[in-house]
Amino acid sequence: MPVWEIVLRYLLLIAVLALMIGPFLWQLSTALKGPHENIFSSPPKFLPSDPTLHNFERVADTIPVWDYALNSLKVAAANVVTNCVGAALAGYALARLRYRGRKAATIVFILAMLVPVEGIIIAQFTTMRELGLNNTLIGVLLPGCVSALNVLLMRNAFLNVPYEIEEAAFVDGANVWQRFLRIALPAVKGTLAVVAIFAFMGAWDDFLWPLIVLSDPDRFTLTIGLNYLHGTFANDERLVAAGTVIAVLPLIILFACLQRYFFRGVGEGAVKG
Amino acid sequence: MKSTTASQAAPTDLATTGTARVRKEPRPDGRGPRRGIRRQLPTSPWLFAAPGLAIVGIFILYPFLSTLNNAFTDKRTLIEGDYVGFANFQELWHDEMFWIGLRNSTLYVLGVVPALVILPLLLAMLVQKHIPGITFFRSAFYTPVVASIVVVGLIWVWMLDERGLVNALLEAVGVGKAGFLSDQWLLLLSAMTVTVWKGLGYYMIIYLAALANVPRELHEAAAVDGAGAVRRFFSVTVPAVRSTMVLVAALSSVAAFKVFSEVYLMAGPTGGPAGEDTTLVMLVQRVGTGLTGRVGYASAISVVVFVVTVALMLLVLRADRKEDA
Repeated sequence: MPVWEIVLRYLLLIAVLALMIGPFLWQLSTALKGPHENIFSSPPKFLPSDPTLHNFERVADTIPVWDYALNSLKVAAANVVTNCVGAALAGYALARLRYRGRKAATIVFILAMLVPVEGIIIAQFTTMRELGLNNTLIGVLLPGCVSALNVLLMRNAFLNVPYEIEEAAFVDGANVWQRFLRIALPAVKGTLAVVAIFAFMGAWDDFLWPLIVLSDPDRFTLTIGLNYLHGTFANDERLVAAGTVIAVLPLIILFACLQRYFFRGVGEGAVKG
Repeated sequence: MKSTTASQAAPTDLATTGTARVRKEPRPDGRGPRRGIRRQLPTSPWLFAAPGLAIVGIFILYPFLSTLNNAFTDKRTLIEGDYVGFANFQELWHDEMFWIGLRNSTLYVLGVVPALVILPLLLAMLVQKHIPGITFFRSAFYTPVVASIVVVGLIWVWMLDERGLVNALLEAVGVGKAGFLSDQWLLLLSAMTVTVWKGLGYYMIIYLAALANVPRELHEAAAVDGAGAVRRFFSVTVPAVRSTMVLVAALSSVAAFKVFSEVYLMAGPTGGPAGEDTTLVMLVQRVGTGLTGRVGYASAISVVVFVVTVALMLLVLRADRKEDA
Protein backbone atom coordinates (compact mmCIF):
# COMPACT_ATOMS: atom_id res chain seq x y z
CA MET A 1 0.00 0.00 0.00
CA PRO A 2 1.40 3.42 -0.87
CA VAL A 3 1.96 5.80 2.04
CA TRP A 4 -0.77 8.26 1.01
CA GLU A 5 -3.32 5.44 1.08
CA ILE A 6 -2.32 4.36 4.56
CA VAL A 7 -2.55 7.95 5.78
CA LEU A 8 -5.94 8.38 4.11
CA ARG A 9 -7.21 5.14 5.67
CA TYR A 10 -6.21 6.17 9.16
CA LEU A 11 -7.69 9.63 8.69
CA LEU A 12 -11.00 8.09 7.63
CA LEU A 13 -10.86 5.55 10.46
CA ILE A 14 -10.32 8.29 13.01
CA ALA A 15 -13.14 10.40 11.55
CA VAL A 16 -15.56 7.47 11.80
CA LEU A 17 -14.24 6.68 15.27
CA ALA A 18 -15.10 10.20 16.42
CA LEU A 19 -18.58 9.76 15.01
CA MET A 20 -19.21 6.37 16.64
CA ILE A 21 -17.53 6.91 20.03
CA GLY A 22 -17.89 10.66 20.38
CA PRO A 23 -21.53 10.61 21.55
CA PHE A 24 -20.65 8.13 24.33
CA LEU A 25 -17.74 10.30 25.48
CA TRP A 26 -19.91 13.42 25.42
CA GLN A 27 -22.42 11.60 27.61
CA LEU A 28 -19.68 10.54 30.02
CA SER A 29 -18.37 14.09 30.11
CA THR A 30 -21.84 15.44 30.91
CA ALA A 31 -22.22 12.89 33.69
CA LEU A 32 -18.94 14.02 35.25
CA LYS A 33 -19.69 17.73 35.16
CA GLY A 34 -20.44 19.31 38.52
CA PRO A 35 -23.56 21.26 39.50
CA HIS A 36 -21.91 24.66 39.02
CA GLU A 37 -20.47 23.92 35.64
CA ASN A 38 -22.36 25.22 32.62
CA ILE A 39 -23.25 22.16 30.52
CA PHE A 40 -24.81 24.34 27.82
CA SER A 41 -21.74 26.44 27.15
CA SER A 42 -21.11 27.63 23.62
CA PRO A 43 -18.73 26.62 22.20
CA PRO A 44 -19.23 23.29 24.04
CA LYS A 45 -16.60 22.18 26.51
CA PHE A 46 -15.64 18.52 26.21
CA LEU A 47 -13.58 18.14 29.37
CA PRO A 48 -15.25 18.77 32.72
CA SER A 49 -13.29 21.48 34.49
CA ASP A 50 -13.99 19.96 37.89
CA PRO A 51 -14.88 16.27 37.39
CA THR A 52 -17.09 14.74 40.08
CA LEU A 53 -18.90 11.47 40.78
CA HIS A 54 -21.64 13.35 42.58
CA ASN A 55 -24.19 12.81 39.79
CA PHE A 56 -23.97 9.05 40.17
CA GLU A 57 -24.89 9.33 43.85
CA ARG A 58 -27.75 11.61 42.92
CA VAL A 59 -29.17 9.07 40.44
CA ALA A 60 -29.18 6.48 43.20
CA ASP A 61 -31.04 8.94 45.46
CA THR A 62 -33.60 9.68 42.77
CA ILE A 63 -34.41 6.20 41.50
CA PRO A 64 -33.31 2.84 42.95
CA VAL A 65 -30.85 2.48 40.10
CA TRP A 66 -28.85 -0.35 41.71
CA ASP A 67 -32.05 -2.36 42.27
CA TYR A 68 -32.96 -1.81 38.63
CA ALA A 69 -29.49 -2.92 37.58
CA LEU A 70 -29.86 -6.01 39.75
CA ASN A 71 -33.24 -6.76 38.15
CA SER A 72 -31.68 -6.44 34.69
CA LEU A 73 -28.80 -8.63 35.76
CA LYS A 74 -31.14 -11.33 37.08
CA VAL A 75 -33.17 -11.39 33.89
CA ALA A 76 -30.08 -11.33 31.68
CA ALA A 77 -28.30 -14.10 33.61
CA ALA A 78 -31.40 -16.27 33.62
CA ASN A 79 -31.82 -15.63 29.90
CA VAL A 80 -28.28 -16.85 29.26
CA VAL A 81 -28.85 -20.08 31.19
CA THR A 82 -32.28 -20.88 29.73
CA ASN A 83 -31.21 -20.09 26.18
CA CYS A 84 -28.01 -22.11 26.36
CA VAL A 85 -29.68 -25.12 27.94
CA GLY A 86 -32.96 -25.00 26.04
CA ALA A 87 -31.44 -24.24 22.65
CA ALA A 88 -28.71 -26.85 23.02
CA LEU A 89 -31.21 -29.55 23.99
CA ALA A 90 -33.68 -28.70 21.25
CA GLY A 91 -30.95 -28.11 18.67
CA TYR A 92 -29.52 -31.54 19.44
CA ALA A 93 -32.93 -33.14 19.10
CA LEU A 94 -33.42 -31.49 15.71
CA ALA A 95 -29.97 -32.29 14.39
CA ARG A 96 -29.11 -35.66 15.83
CA LEU A 97 -32.04 -37.64 17.13
CA ARG A 98 -34.42 -39.61 15.04
CA TYR A 99 -38.09 -39.78 15.85
CA ARG A 100 -41.48 -39.24 14.32
CA GLY A 101 -42.31 -35.56 14.10
CA ARG A 102 -38.76 -34.27 13.85
CA LYS A 103 -39.55 -32.38 10.65
CA ALA A 104 -42.67 -30.92 12.24
CA ALA A 105 -40.66 -29.75 15.26
CA THR A 106 -38.12 -28.08 12.96
CA ILE A 107 -40.91 -26.30 11.11
CA VAL A 108 -42.39 -25.06 14.39
CA PHE A 109 -39.09 -23.36 15.25
CA ILE A 110 -38.69 -21.89 11.77
CA LEU A 111 -42.22 -20.47 11.88
CA ALA A 112 -41.63 -19.06 15.35
CA MET A 113 -38.50 -17.34 14.11
CA LEU A 114 -40.47 -15.61 11.35
CA VAL A 115 -43.14 -14.17 13.66
CA PRO A 116 -42.44 -10.46 14.21
CA VAL A 117 -42.39 -9.99 17.98
CA GLU A 118 -43.52 -6.36 17.69
CA GLY A 119 -46.82 -7.54 16.28
CA ILE A 120 -47.68 -10.04 19.00
CA ILE A 121 -46.78 -8.11 22.15
CA ILE A 122 -50.39 -7.33 23.01
CA ALA A 123 -51.33 -11.00 22.77
CA GLN A 124 -48.20 -11.96 24.71
CA PHE A 125 -49.30 -9.51 27.36
CA THR A 126 -52.78 -11.08 27.48
CA THR A 127 -51.26 -14.57 27.70
CA MET A 128 -49.02 -13.42 30.51
CA ARG A 129 -51.98 -11.99 32.39
CA GLU A 130 -53.87 -15.27 32.03
CA LEU A 131 -50.87 -16.98 33.61
CA GLY A 132 -50.83 -14.40 36.41
CA LEU A 133 -47.26 -13.40 35.64
CA ASN A 134 -47.75 -9.78 34.70
CA ASN A 135 -45.55 -7.31 36.48
CA THR A 136 -43.01 -9.97 37.45
CA LEU A 137 -39.44 -10.55 36.31
CA ILE A 138 -40.43 -14.10 35.34
CA GLY A 139 -42.91 -12.52 32.95
CA VAL A 140 -40.14 -10.39 31.46
CA LEU A 141 -37.95 -13.45 31.02
CA LEU A 142 -40.31 -16.14 29.75
CA PRO A 143 -41.18 -15.21 26.13
CA GLY A 144 -37.55 -15.06 25.06
CA CYS A 145 -36.08 -17.65 27.38
CA VAL A 146 -35.57 -20.18 24.59
CA SER A 147 -35.50 -18.32 21.31
CA ALA A 148 -36.29 -20.18 18.13
CA LEU A 149 -33.36 -18.54 16.41
CA ASN A 150 -30.91 -19.88 19.00
CA VAL A 151 -32.41 -23.36 18.63
CA LEU A 152 -31.77 -23.23 14.88
CA LEU A 153 -28.25 -21.85 15.45
CA MET A 154 -27.47 -24.76 17.74
CA ARG A 155 -29.03 -27.20 15.29
CA ASN A 156 -26.69 -25.96 12.55
CA ALA A 157 -23.72 -26.22 14.88
CA PHE A 158 -24.57 -29.83 15.82
CA LEU A 159 -25.04 -30.70 12.14
CA ASN A 160 -21.44 -29.66 11.54
CA VAL A 161 -20.03 -32.09 14.12
CA PRO A 162 -18.78 -35.26 12.39
CA TYR A 163 -21.28 -38.01 12.96
CA GLU A 164 -18.71 -40.79 13.22
CA ILE A 165 -17.49 -39.71 16.66
CA GLU A 166 -20.93 -40.12 18.14
CA GLU A 167 -21.40 -43.40 16.37
CA ALA A 168 -18.24 -44.71 17.97
CA ALA A 169 -19.48 -43.64 21.40
CA PHE A 170 -22.78 -45.36 20.68
CA VAL A 171 -20.97 -48.58 19.87
CA ASP A 172 -19.12 -48.22 23.17
CA GLY A 173 -22.48 -48.16 24.92
CA ALA A 174 -22.94 -44.46 25.64
CA ASN A 175 -26.58 -43.51 25.98
CA VAL A 176 -28.11 -40.44 24.41
CA TRP A 177 -27.52 -38.11 27.41
CA GLN A 178 -23.90 -39.19 27.68
CA ARG A 179 -23.35 -38.62 23.98
CA PHE A 180 -24.98 -35.22 24.23
CA LEU A 181 -23.05 -34.03 27.28
CA ARG A 182 -19.66 -35.59 26.67
CA ILE A 183 -19.28 -35.47 22.90
CA ALA A 184 -21.70 -33.19 21.09
CA LEU A 185 -21.79 -30.26 23.52
CA PRO A 186 -18.01 -29.72 23.85
CA ALA A 187 -17.80 -29.68 20.04
CA VAL A 188 -20.12 -26.67 19.70
CA LYS A 189 -18.68 -24.45 22.43
CA GLY A 190 -18.09 -21.54 20.02
CA THR A 191 -21.73 -21.31 18.96
CA LEU A 192 -22.82 -21.73 22.57
CA ALA A 193 -20.68 -18.71 23.49
CA VAL A 194 -22.31 -16.62 20.77
CA VAL A 195 -25.76 -17.69 21.98
CA ALA A 196 -24.78 -16.72 25.53
CA ILE A 197 -23.51 -13.27 24.53
CA PHE A 198 -26.55 -12.52 22.39
CA ALA A 199 -28.87 -13.75 25.14
CA PHE A 200 -27.22 -11.49 27.69
CA MET A 201 -27.23 -8.40 25.50
CA GLY A 202 -30.74 -9.07 24.25
CA ALA A 203 -32.17 -9.26 27.76
CA TRP A 204 -30.08 -6.41 29.17
CA ASP A 205 -31.06 -4.10 26.30
CA ASP A 206 -34.70 -5.08 25.84
CA PHE A 207 -37.11 -2.17 26.05
CA LEU A 208 -40.54 -2.67 24.46
CA TRP A 209 -41.52 -5.91 26.23
CA PRO A 210 -40.50 -4.90 29.78
CA LEU A 211 -42.18 -1.54 29.14
CA ILE A 212 -45.43 -3.37 28.49
CA VAL A 213 -45.24 -6.13 31.08
CA LEU A 214 -43.89 -4.16 34.06
CA SER A 215 -46.10 -1.55 35.70
CA ASP A 216 -44.74 -1.39 39.24
CA PRO A 217 -41.70 0.95 39.51
CA ASP A 218 -40.22 -1.34 42.17
CA ARG A 219 -39.71 -4.08 39.63
CA PHE A 220 -38.37 -2.04 36.72
CA THR A 221 -35.37 -3.19 34.77
CA LEU A 222 -32.63 -0.68 34.01
CA THR A 223 -33.87 0.31 30.55
CA ILE A 224 -37.38 1.04 31.82
CA GLY A 225 -35.96 2.80 34.86
CA LEU A 226 -33.88 5.04 32.60
CA ASN A 227 -36.88 5.92 30.50
CA TYR A 228 -38.71 6.79 33.73
CA LEU A 229 -35.76 8.90 34.90
CA HIS A 230 -35.70 10.69 31.56
CA GLY A 231 -39.43 11.32 31.68
CA THR A 232 -39.41 12.61 35.25
CA PHE A 233 -36.15 14.51 35.37
CA ALA A 234 -35.78 15.56 31.77
CA ASN A 235 -34.44 18.94 32.86
CA ASP A 236 -31.40 17.58 34.61
CA GLU A 237 -29.19 16.24 31.87
CA ARG A 238 -26.36 15.42 34.27
CA LEU A 239 -28.61 12.99 36.07
CA VAL A 240 -29.91 11.25 32.96
CA ALA A 241 -26.36 11.08 31.60
CA ALA A 242 -25.10 9.43 34.79
CA GLY A 243 -27.93 6.90 34.54
CA THR A 244 -27.08 5.97 30.96
CA VAL A 245 -23.41 5.59 31.86
CA ILE A 246 -24.36 3.13 34.61
CA ALA A 247 -26.44 1.17 32.11
CA VAL A 248 -23.95 1.04 29.27
CA LEU A 249 -20.62 0.66 31.04
CA PRO A 250 -21.02 -3.02 32.08
CA LEU A 251 -21.94 -3.93 28.52
CA ILE A 252 -19.03 -2.08 26.95
CA ILE A 253 -16.62 -3.73 29.40
CA LEU A 254 -18.16 -7.16 28.78
CA PHE A 255 -17.93 -6.62 25.05
CA ALA A 256 -14.36 -5.33 25.20
CA CYS A 257 -13.32 -8.47 27.09
CA LEU A 258 -15.15 -10.88 24.81
CA GLN A 259 -14.83 -9.11 21.46
CA ARG A 260 -12.20 -11.51 20.13
CA TYR A 261 -14.44 -14.56 20.65
CA PHE A 262 -17.41 -12.56 19.59
CA PHE A 263 -16.13 -11.55 16.16
CA ARG A 264 -14.69 -15.00 15.56
CA GLY A 265 -17.95 -16.70 16.48
CA VAL A 266 -20.10 -14.30 14.49
CA GLY A 267 -17.76 -14.55 11.53
CA GLU A 268 -17.88 -18.33 11.59
CA GLY A 269 -21.64 -18.33 11.91
CA ALA A 270 -22.08 -15.96 8.99
CA VAL A 271 -19.69 -17.75 6.69
CA LYS A 272 -20.50 -21.34 7.45
CA GLY A 273 -24.22 -21.32 8.02
CA MET B 1 -33.35 -13.70 23.27
CA LYS B 2 -36.22 -11.53 22.32
CA SER B 3 -36.16 -9.29 19.34
CA THR B 4 -38.52 -6.53 20.16
CA THR B 5 -36.61 -3.63 18.73
CA ALA B 6 -34.79 -3.04 15.53
CA SER B 7 -31.55 -3.22 17.41
CA GLN B 8 -32.32 -6.47 19.04
CA ALA B 9 -33.51 -7.95 15.87
CA ALA B 10 -29.92 -7.48 14.94
CA PRO B 11 -28.33 -10.50 16.58
CA THR B 12 -31.31 -12.52 15.60
CA ASP B 13 -30.99 -11.60 12.01
CA LEU B 14 -27.30 -12.14 11.82
CA ALA B 15 -27.69 -15.81 12.41
CA THR B 16 -30.22 -16.04 9.63
CA THR B 17 -27.41 -14.92 7.43
CA GLY B 18 -25.95 -18.27 8.04
CA THR B 19 -29.01 -20.21 7.12
CA ALA B 20 -29.99 -17.94 4.28
CA ARG B 21 -26.69 -18.22 2.50
CA VAL B 22 -26.42 -20.67 -0.30
CA ARG B 23 -24.11 -23.52 0.53
CA LYS B 24 -21.19 -23.50 -1.83
CA GLU B 25 -19.82 -26.92 -1.00
CA PRO B 26 -21.83 -30.11 -0.93
CA ARG B 27 -22.74 -31.19 2.58
CA PRO B 28 -20.09 -33.48 4.02
CA ASP B 29 -21.16 -37.06 4.19
CA GLY B 30 -22.98 -38.35 7.22
CA ARG B 31 -24.34 -35.12 8.60
CA GLY B 32 -27.86 -36.27 9.24
CA PRO B 33 -28.97 -39.14 11.40
CA ARG B 34 -28.45 -42.45 9.67
CA ARG B 35 -29.63 -45.88 10.53
CA GLY B 36 -26.98 -46.29 13.27
CA ILE B 37 -28.22 -44.48 16.34
CA ARG B 38 -31.84 -45.25 16.79
CA ARG B 39 -32.35 -47.26 19.86
CA GLN B 40 -32.92 -44.53 22.38
CA LEU B 41 -36.06 -44.60 24.47
CA PRO B 42 -38.95 -43.40 22.35
CA THR B 43 -39.73 -40.50 24.70
CA SER B 44 -36.27 -39.05 25.10
CA PRO B 45 -36.03 -37.04 21.85
CA TRP B 46 -39.14 -35.22 22.91
CA LEU B 47 -37.64 -34.53 26.32
CA PHE B 48 -34.81 -32.75 24.52
CA ALA B 49 -37.11 -30.66 22.36
CA ALA B 50 -39.88 -30.09 24.92
CA PRO B 51 -38.65 -26.97 26.75
CA GLY B 52 -37.97 -25.14 23.52
CA LEU B 53 -41.21 -26.25 21.90
CA ALA B 54 -43.23 -25.27 24.98
CA ILE B 55 -41.80 -21.75 25.23
CA VAL B 56 -42.05 -21.06 21.52
CA GLY B 57 -45.53 -22.56 21.35
CA ILE B 58 -46.97 -20.71 24.35
CA PHE B 59 -45.28 -17.34 23.95
CA ILE B 60 -44.78 -16.96 20.20
CA LEU B 61 -47.09 -19.14 18.13
CA TYR B 62 -50.16 -19.02 20.39
CA PRO B 63 -50.00 -15.20 20.72
CA PHE B 64 -49.55 -14.99 16.96
CA LEU B 65 -52.69 -17.02 16.33
CA SER B 66 -54.64 -15.14 18.97
CA THR B 67 -53.55 -11.84 17.42
CA LEU B 68 -55.05 -13.00 14.12
CA ASN B 69 -58.18 -14.04 15.99
CA ASN B 70 -58.46 -10.92 18.17
CA ALA B 71 -58.25 -8.66 15.14
CA PHE B 72 -61.83 -9.68 14.38
CA THR B 73 -63.16 -9.01 17.89
CA ASP B 74 -63.83 -5.96 20.04
CA LYS B 75 -61.81 -7.46 22.88
CA ARG B 76 -60.53 -5.03 25.52
CA THR B 77 -58.05 -5.41 28.34
CA LEU B 78 -60.45 -6.92 30.86
CA ILE B 79 -63.38 -7.72 28.56
CA GLU B 80 -63.52 -10.81 26.36
CA GLY B 81 -65.42 -9.15 23.52
CA ASP B 82 -67.39 -10.50 20.56
CA TYR B 83 -66.63 -11.16 16.95
CA VAL B 84 -67.21 -8.05 14.90
CA GLY B 85 -66.08 -9.20 11.48
CA PHE B 86 -64.08 -6.60 9.60
CA ALA B 87 -65.27 -3.69 11.73
CA ASN B 88 -61.79 -3.02 13.12
CA PHE B 89 -60.33 -2.82 9.64
CA GLN B 90 -63.12 -0.53 8.47
CA GLU B 91 -62.37 1.71 11.42
CA LEU B 92 -58.66 1.67 10.56
CA TRP B 93 -59.52 2.92 7.10
CA HIS B 94 -61.08 6.04 8.61
CA ASP B 95 -58.57 6.45 11.45
CA GLU B 96 -56.29 9.37 10.75
CA MET B 97 -53.77 8.15 13.33
CA PHE B 98 -53.43 4.82 11.50
CA TRP B 99 -52.54 6.57 8.25
CA ILE B 100 -50.02 8.75 10.05
CA GLY B 101 -48.45 5.62 11.54
CA LEU B 102 -48.40 3.84 8.19
CA ARG B 103 -46.87 6.91 6.52
CA ASN B 104 -44.13 7.26 9.13
CA SER B 105 -43.24 3.56 9.16
CA THR B 106 -43.07 3.59 5.36
CA LEU B 107 -40.96 6.76 5.30
CA TYR B 108 -38.69 5.08 7.81
CA VAL B 109 -38.06 2.19 5.43
CA LEU B 110 -37.42 4.54 2.50
CA GLY B 111 -35.02 6.67 4.54
CA VAL B 112 -33.11 4.04 6.46
CA VAL B 113 -32.70 1.13 4.06
CA PRO B 114 -30.60 2.77 1.30
CA ALA B 115 -28.24 4.17 3.93
CA LEU B 116 -27.93 0.81 5.68
CA VAL B 117 -27.26 -1.04 2.43
CA ILE B 118 -24.50 1.32 1.25
CA LEU B 119 -22.74 2.89 4.26
CA PRO B 120 -21.86 -0.35 6.12
CA LEU B 121 -20.36 -1.74 2.88
CA LEU B 122 -18.04 1.27 2.60
CA LEU B 123 -17.23 0.90 6.29
CA ALA B 124 -16.46 -2.80 5.86
CA MET B 125 -14.07 -1.97 3.00
CA LEU B 126 -12.40 0.57 5.27
CA VAL B 127 -11.77 -1.92 8.08
CA GLN B 128 -11.13 -4.93 5.85
CA LYS B 129 -7.36 -4.53 5.40
CA HIS B 130 -5.26 -5.89 8.24
CA ILE B 131 -3.36 -2.81 9.29
CA PRO B 132 -2.09 -2.12 12.83
CA GLY B 133 -4.89 -1.30 15.26
CA ILE B 134 -7.68 -2.42 12.96
CA THR B 135 -9.28 -4.74 15.54
CA PHE B 136 -9.61 -1.75 17.85
CA PHE B 137 -11.43 0.23 15.16
CA ARG B 138 -13.71 -2.70 14.34
CA SER B 139 -14.79 -3.14 17.96
CA ALA B 140 -15.16 0.60 18.44
CA PHE B 141 -17.44 0.85 15.41
CA TYR B 142 -19.48 -2.01 16.85
CA THR B 143 -20.02 -0.30 20.22
CA PRO B 144 -23.31 1.43 19.26
CA VAL B 145 -24.72 -2.01 18.36
CA VAL B 146 -23.86 -3.31 21.81
CA ALA B 147 -25.28 -0.31 23.65
CA SER B 148 -28.91 -0.56 24.62
CA ILE B 149 -31.36 1.32 22.44
CA VAL B 150 -32.59 3.26 25.46
CA VAL B 151 -29.08 4.49 26.20
CA VAL B 152 -28.52 5.34 22.55
CA GLY B 153 -31.86 7.13 22.36
CA LEU B 154 -31.17 9.21 25.47
CA ILE B 155 -27.64 10.07 24.33
CA TRP B 156 -29.01 11.46 21.08
CA VAL B 157 -31.88 13.25 22.79
CA TRP B 158 -29.22 15.12 24.72
CA MET B 159 -27.00 15.66 21.65
CA LEU B 160 -29.90 16.97 19.55
CA ASP B 161 -31.53 19.02 22.30
CA GLU B 162 -32.30 22.66 21.65
CA ARG B 163 -29.24 23.51 23.76
CA GLY B 164 -27.36 20.27 23.00
CA LEU B 165 -24.01 19.54 21.41
CA VAL B 166 -25.12 19.45 17.78
CA ASN B 167 -26.88 22.79 17.98
CA ALA B 168 -23.97 24.29 19.89
CA LEU B 169 -21.61 23.16 17.14
CA LEU B 170 -23.94 24.39 14.42
CA GLU B 171 -24.12 27.74 16.14
CA ALA B 172 -20.36 27.90 16.58
CA VAL B 173 -19.87 27.55 12.81
CA GLY B 174 -22.60 30.09 12.20
CA VAL B 175 -25.34 27.90 10.76
CA GLY B 176 -27.80 28.53 13.58
CA LYS B 177 -29.98 26.22 15.62
CA ALA B 178 -32.42 23.63 14.31
CA GLY B 179 -35.36 22.09 16.13
CA PHE B 180 -34.25 18.48 15.75
CA LEU B 181 -36.65 17.29 18.43
CA SER B 182 -39.50 19.73 17.94
CA ASP B 183 -40.05 19.86 14.20
CA GLN B 184 -42.17 17.00 12.93
CA TRP B 185 -40.01 16.12 9.92
CA LEU B 186 -36.62 16.89 11.46
CA LEU B 187 -37.58 14.65 14.36
CA LEU B 188 -38.33 11.73 12.07
CA LEU B 189 -35.10 12.37 10.18
CA SER B 190 -33.15 12.52 13.45
CA ALA B 191 -34.62 9.20 14.57
CA MET B 192 -33.64 7.67 11.22
CA THR B 193 -30.10 8.97 11.64
CA VAL B 194 -29.93 7.32 15.05
CA THR B 195 -31.19 4.02 13.62
CA VAL B 196 -28.54 4.15 10.90
CA TRP B 197 -25.83 5.15 13.39
CA LYS B 198 -26.73 2.23 15.66
CA GLY B 199 -27.02 -0.27 12.79
CA LEU B 200 -23.80 0.58 10.91
CA GLY B 201 -21.53 -1.71 12.92
CA TYR B 202 -23.90 -4.64 12.76
CA TYR B 203 -24.25 -4.65 8.99
CA MET B 204 -20.54 -3.87 8.66
CA ILE B 205 -19.80 -7.29 10.19
CA ILE B 206 -22.14 -9.03 7.75
CA TYR B 207 -20.38 -7.29 4.84
CA LEU B 208 -16.95 -8.13 6.27
CA ALA B 209 -17.85 -11.82 6.16
CA ALA B 210 -19.00 -11.43 2.56
CA LEU B 211 -15.93 -9.43 1.49
CA ALA B 212 -13.68 -12.13 2.92
CA ASN B 213 -15.09 -14.46 0.28
CA VAL B 214 -14.25 -12.20 -2.69
CA PRO B 215 -11.20 -13.70 -4.43
CA ARG B 216 -8.23 -11.33 -4.39
CA GLU B 217 -7.37 -12.35 -7.92
CA LEU B 218 -10.45 -10.58 -9.25
CA HIS B 219 -9.24 -7.26 -7.87
CA GLU B 220 -5.71 -7.87 -9.08
CA ALA B 221 -6.86 -8.81 -12.55
CA ALA B 222 -9.04 -5.71 -12.76
CA ALA B 223 -6.16 -3.56 -11.52
CA VAL B 224 -3.87 -5.03 -14.20
CA ASP B 225 -6.52 -4.17 -16.77
CA GLY B 226 -6.23 -0.58 -15.61
CA ALA B 227 -9.45 -0.27 -13.61
CA GLY B 228 -9.26 2.44 -10.93
CA ALA B 229 -10.57 2.08 -7.39
CA VAL B 230 -14.05 3.37 -8.22
CA ARG B 231 -14.32 1.16 -11.29
CA ARG B 232 -13.14 -1.88 -9.31
CA PHE B 233 -15.72 -1.14 -6.63
CA PHE B 234 -18.58 -1.23 -9.12
CA SER B 235 -17.35 -4.03 -11.38
CA VAL B 236 -15.78 -6.39 -8.82
CA THR B 237 -16.89 -5.66 -5.24
CA VAL B 238 -20.55 -4.83 -5.79
CA PRO B 239 -21.36 -7.87 -7.96
CA ALA B 240 -19.51 -10.12 -5.50
CA VAL B 241 -21.50 -8.92 -2.47
CA ARG B 242 -24.78 -8.38 -4.28
CA SER B 243 -26.59 -11.24 -2.53
CA THR B 244 -25.43 -9.84 0.82
CA MET B 245 -26.77 -6.42 -0.16
CA VAL B 246 -30.15 -8.00 -0.86
CA LEU B 247 -30.05 -9.72 2.51
CA VAL B 248 -29.17 -6.46 4.27
CA ALA B 249 -31.98 -4.71 2.40
CA ALA B 250 -34.46 -7.38 3.50
CA LEU B 251 -33.35 -7.40 7.14
CA SER B 252 -33.14 -3.64 7.48
CA SER B 253 -36.43 -2.91 5.75
CA VAL B 254 -38.35 -5.32 7.97
CA ALA B 255 -36.67 -3.89 11.07
CA ALA B 256 -37.26 -0.29 9.92
CA PHE B 257 -40.94 -0.82 9.31
CA LYS B 258 -41.36 -2.09 12.88
CA VAL B 259 -39.43 0.80 14.44
CA PHE B 260 -40.52 1.65 17.96
CA SER B 261 -37.85 2.57 20.50
CA GLU B 262 -35.93 5.32 18.68
CA VAL B 263 -39.04 7.33 17.87
CA TYR B 264 -40.68 6.58 21.23
CA LEU B 265 -37.64 7.87 23.11
CA MET B 266 -36.98 10.91 20.94
CA ALA B 267 -40.55 12.00 20.26
CA GLY B 268 -42.04 10.87 23.56
CA PRO B 269 -44.85 8.33 24.18
CA THR B 270 -47.38 10.44 22.28
CA GLY B 271 -45.26 10.63 19.15
CA GLY B 272 -44.08 14.19 18.83
CA PRO B 273 -46.11 17.30 17.99
CA ALA B 274 -49.78 16.28 17.68
CA GLY B 275 -48.70 12.64 17.40
CA GLU B 276 -47.43 13.34 13.88
CA ASP B 277 -44.35 11.15 14.44
CA THR B 278 -46.21 8.06 15.65
CA THR B 279 -45.17 4.80 13.98
CA LEU B 280 -47.38 1.75 13.59
CA VAL B 281 -45.81 -0.25 16.42
CA MET B 282 -46.04 2.80 18.70
CA LEU B 283 -49.72 2.92 17.85
CA VAL B 284 -50.11 -0.78 18.70
CA GLN B 285 -48.46 -0.17 22.06
CA ARG B 286 -50.52 2.95 22.80
CA VAL B 287 -53.89 1.56 21.70
CA GLY B 288 -53.54 -1.96 23.07
CA THR B 289 -52.17 -1.46 26.59
CA GLY B 290 -53.52 0.00 29.80
CA LEU B 291 -56.78 -0.70 31.56
CA THR B 292 -58.83 0.54 28.63
CA GLY B 293 -56.60 -1.07 26.03
CA ARG B 294 -58.43 -1.94 22.83
CA VAL B 295 -56.86 -5.35 22.27
CA GLY B 296 -58.97 -6.13 19.21
CA TYR B 297 -58.19 -2.86 17.45
CA ALA B 298 -54.48 -3.06 18.30
CA SER B 299 -54.46 -6.60 16.91
CA ALA B 300 -55.93 -5.34 13.65
CA ILE B 301 -53.04 -2.86 13.37
CA SER B 302 -50.64 -5.74 14.16
CA VAL B 303 -52.12 -7.73 11.30
CA VAL B 304 -51.31 -4.82 8.98
CA VAL B 305 -47.74 -4.88 10.34
CA PHE B 306 -47.48 -8.63 9.59
CA VAL B 307 -48.83 -8.25 6.09
CA VAL B 308 -46.54 -5.35 5.20
CA THR B 309 -43.40 -7.02 6.60
CA VAL B 310 -44.10 -10.23 4.68
CA ALA B 311 -44.78 -8.14 1.55
CA LEU B 312 -41.50 -6.24 2.05
CA MET B 313 -39.57 -9.50 2.32
CA LEU B 314 -41.16 -10.88 -0.85
CA LEU B 315 -40.58 -7.61 -2.69
CA VAL B 316 -36.88 -7.52 -1.88
CA LEU B 317 -36.37 -11.20 -2.69
CA ARG B 318 -38.26 -10.82 -5.97
CA ALA B 319 -36.14 -7.87 -6.99
CA ASP B 320 -33.15 -10.10 -6.36
CA ARG B 321 -34.44 -12.90 -8.57
CA LYS B 322 -35.33 -10.54 -11.40
CA GLU B 323 -31.79 -9.29 -11.61
CA ASP B 324 -30.56 -12.85 -11.75
CA ALA B 325 -32.70 -13.67 -14.76
